Amino acid sequence: MGASILGLIQAAIRMSTPILLASLGGMFTARVGIINFALEGIMIVGAFFGVYGSYVTGNPWLGALMGAIGGIVVALILGFMSITAKVDQVVAGTGINILFLGLTSYLLNIIFGIGAKPSKVNSFVEVPLPLLSDIPILGDVLFNQIPLVYLAIILVPICWYIVYKTSFGLNMRAVGENPRAADSVGLNVIAIRYIAIVISGFLGGLGGAFLSIGHLSVFMEKMTAGKGYVAWSSVTVGKWNPIGILGAALLFGTAEAFQLRLQAVGIEIPHQFFLMLPYVLTMLVLTGFVGKTVSPGALGKPYSKESK
Amino acid sequence: MSLNLGRFQITIIRKKRFKGLLPALLGPILALFLAFFVAGIIIVFSGVNPLLAFQSMFNGAFGSVRSFAETLVKTTPMLLAALGLTISYRTGLVSIGAEGQIIIGGLFTVLVGIYLGFLPGFILIPLMMIAAMFGGGLWAAIPGYLKAKLGVSEVINTIMLNYIATYLVAYLLDVPLREPPGYFPQSAQIAKQAWLPYLLKGTRLHMGVIFAFVAAFIVYFILWRSPLGYQMRAVGFNQKAARNAGIKVEKNLVLALALSGAFAGLAGMVEIAGIHHRLLGGFSSEYGFDAMAVALLGKTHPVGVVIAALFFGALRVGANMMQRTVQVPASLVFVIQGLVILFVLMDELIRNYAIRLVFKAKREEE
Repeated sequence: MGASILGLIQAAIRMSTPILLASLGGMFTARVGIINFALEGIMIVGAFFGVYGSYVTGNPWLGALMGAIGGIVVALILGFMSITAKVDQVVAGTGINILFLGLTSYLLNIIFGIGAKPSKVNSFVEVPLPLLSDIPILGDVLFNQIPLVYLAIILVPICWYIVYKTSFGLNMRAVGENPRAADSVGLNVIAIRYIAIVISGFLGGLGGAFLSIGHLSVFMEKMTAGKGYVAWSSVTVGKWNPIGILGAALLFGTAEAFQLRLQAVGIEIPHQFFLMLPYVLTMLVLTGFVGKTVSPGALGKPYSKESK
Repeated sequence: MSLNLGRFQITIIRKKRFKGLLPALLGPILALFLAFFVAGIIIVFSGVNPLLAFQSMFNGAFGSVRSFAETLVKTTPMLLAALGLTISYRTGLVSIGAEGQIIIGGLFTVLVGIYLGFLPGFILIPLMMIAAMFGGGLWAAIPGYLKAKLGVSEVINTIMLNYIATYLVAYLLDVPLREPPGYFPQSAQIAKQAWLPYLLKGTRLHMGVIFAFVAAFIVYFILWRSPLGYQMRAVGFNQKAARNAGIKVEKNLVLALALSGAFAGLAGMVEIAGIHHRLLGGFSSEYGFDAMAVALLGKTHPVGVVIAALFFGALRVGANMMQRTVQVPASLVFVIQGLVILFVLMDELIRNYAIRLVFKAKREEE
């Protein structure tokens, strides 16, 4: 049992990291007032180009970078739709997701042949942290991770600092709460929103790359399986705050880890119910948290200078 | 907003609307054109002449009576689910849950079709329809209730319920519903008399297509000719004003989602009773997502939705042909769908843009 609990912790960290990365990205768009439903599409493109980049260059770091750049491109489409074209952000996000879930399947077939899978690509390897990983039992579980895990965890305080302690963070929050007021004091609403979009694409793409070259080394069609939506839910549940988001991502990640581990342990519940668990949990948690959080004032509302 | 393009200056004036049928049609048509244009560029990357690919797509969808029948077969579930979504979109609810509701509809169909299989067909088929609509409606009422009573956004919940429905059916097929001796995760066949009659020899075209077109009239009637539809559209147009006018907003939200789920459930029923005759994983073939593109392209009006569903049905059949003949992966369909959604959303932008461009060009000539 001890071994399976350690295994669970390990799996929980592995499952939480991509959600954490993507939700931190989602937080930036939420803070400037954009609903980032496209996280699913951003992540799938990140996953695809993560594998592709690693396949072409042989270097998982370059793969992750390509994944992040791919994520930025997808995010910019959402940015154009929501900032410039001013359309319904949820529907635009859904359209983007359908488009890129299809496009990545298409590219997979074009590049590697119909029905084929890419041959083995290099993925990240664990880097034990000196000293910390020598702690008996827990040291190996907690401090022997791939670099993207450390990066994701360091990003939590960094994002917190950006949002609450820098002038850029203040500007972002102003734009998200009341774009008209922000505009009247001379802030460039459009530019700030686009910057947030780029950050979210970068982080979401990185989260996607984690899925494909973090522990696996393969891209599968639709491998995000709704993680983008779960990530957006953890932005809400985490109250638009990086520390809350860390908690929410850990919660959802642990639910997924449970699903994997309990199957392995052989508990007598059909595995399909474990597969459902993260999705059921998302619904329950959203229901439990609603009304207790106050979303950024202008969330989902496009801004135009002329009107009103 | 204005843009300088050398000789032309393009100005977009948002206040002035171009009304009438022609400008209204122009938007979706331009959106389609742009979607295919981008898809064409993507096809070029796979080393195939896009015109050749589109031609094989067209032949695949309309080339013979059989292929057109197949187009209608694929149109049927999309049309039903899209009509359902039309109701929820008109009520201001962004439902992404048609897929899960189709699956649950299929499940209920099979339960009735197997366990009440002793009944004669003329009773069994309507019973299956009712069961499927009930099941789909119930599944959709969950997010509806959570939205109306607790204010939880329906968007995420409908997506989550898609996954939950998929795994629920996967479990049922794995254990309780698995057909003996149980080599495959699929249910037993529904009773023979519960199969929807075929309409055309040598094709899979079944009676469900009639249900779908009749449903278009019913949805039109509900939305534009009934007090219920008036209320739902009022809620969709302006929730606050509707509430002030004494309309029960919460009731309408739940009802709209339940109704939209009922039509999606019916889509599941025609797929089972018309095509597969048993429950099996993935029978819904993502029609629920096609339905979103269909509803949006059809401008959430039954007439538009019928045309858009035919178009997407053709696209599905054509894409399979395209994959076989010129080796362009059929997943291109989803690319086109996503593009259509995005371009249709930009409808007003591109429509006005195009009209301005035409006017300016004319003026330059004079």
